[in-house]
Amino acid sequence: MKTISEHVLDIVQNSVRAEATLIEIIVREQRKNNLYTLEIIDNGCGMTREVLEQATNPFFTSRSTRKVGLGLSLLKQNAEAAGGSFIIFSEPGKGTKVEAVFLLNHLDRPPLGDIWDTWYLTLLSNPEIRLVYTHQTNEGSFSIDSQEVLKMTDGIPLQQKEMREAILEMIKNNLEEINTSK
Amino acid sequence: MTKIKTLADLRKIKEEVQSKIKLRENSDHPEQVVQVKVGMATCGIASGAKETMKYFVDELEQQAIDAVVTQTGCMGYCYAEPTVEITLPGKEPVVFGYVNKDKAEEIIDVYIKRGALIDGIIPLAFRTIDD
Repeated sequence: MKTISEHVLDIVQNSVRAEATLIEIIVREQRKNNLYTLEIIDNGCGMTREVLEQATNPFFTSRSTRKVGLGLSLLKQNAEAAGGSFIIFSEPGKGTKVEAVFLLNHLDRPPLGDIWDTWYLTLLSNPEIRLVYTHQTNEGSFSIDSQEVLKMTDGIPLQQKEMREAILEMIKNNLEEINTSK
Repeated sequence: MTKIKTLADLRKIKEEVQSKIKLRENSDHPEQVVQVKVGMATCGIASGAKETMKYFVDELEQQAIDAVVTQTGCMGYCYAEPTVEITLPGKEPVVFGYVNKDKAEEIIDVYIKRGALIDGIIPLAFRTIDD
């Protein structure tokens, strides 16, 4: 994966399959400590200890259509390549939290990418899931909650051109405002 | 135009839009609209499925074709990603492989709009006469 947003698009599918009703995506930039943290937290079915131990093994998957499961392993690889770390917390019946830490100024830290598209496309496919994206930098914090957006659009299809462009622009403008790292 | 930054700004756009569009009634009857499922597992995303999905959302809306575009998991055709499953109303699903923007354009123009089959179909399930 070339960008953080592609990783998010990918990892969030795990939460969708775990039947989560709430998925939180949090990016934290700490310039002082040179850290860039990505957290994906869901309230899905969680994993048992045995499954959790296997989760980052590329030759383990809970699916039956193929024998490999690369999503988490690729994120782990990228985090470690960028001088960071990777950890998953999970409890059956409660949910899962995936945390990838990168060094902010490391050459191999993937850029954020078009996270607005990730949020929008995931929401389009899973309107029943509450999808919250938060981005924090030293200069401020921005958060977008699908529940609030859907309540506001009130039946207007999200695909509708003006609506779609307005939503994407709103996210982009806010990220620019808090001066997110590329 | 001022920059859109808050939900209140978004609401203004929504009100402008609301007066312009007629709400589509079909969306409650998924069997009457074109269903597009884009394979978006790790393999699909790594091959550019995000761009493919964006293109379908954009283009079908632009051409006023009633369609539902959603993500789906890996169908096991990782070698042919991005893959897209198209279900026309009343027809069996058809899976296309290697769907980049150009292929997506061809699929919309030829298969979705005219119903003619094109190259690039992945045989999904064979049915015999007895089925």
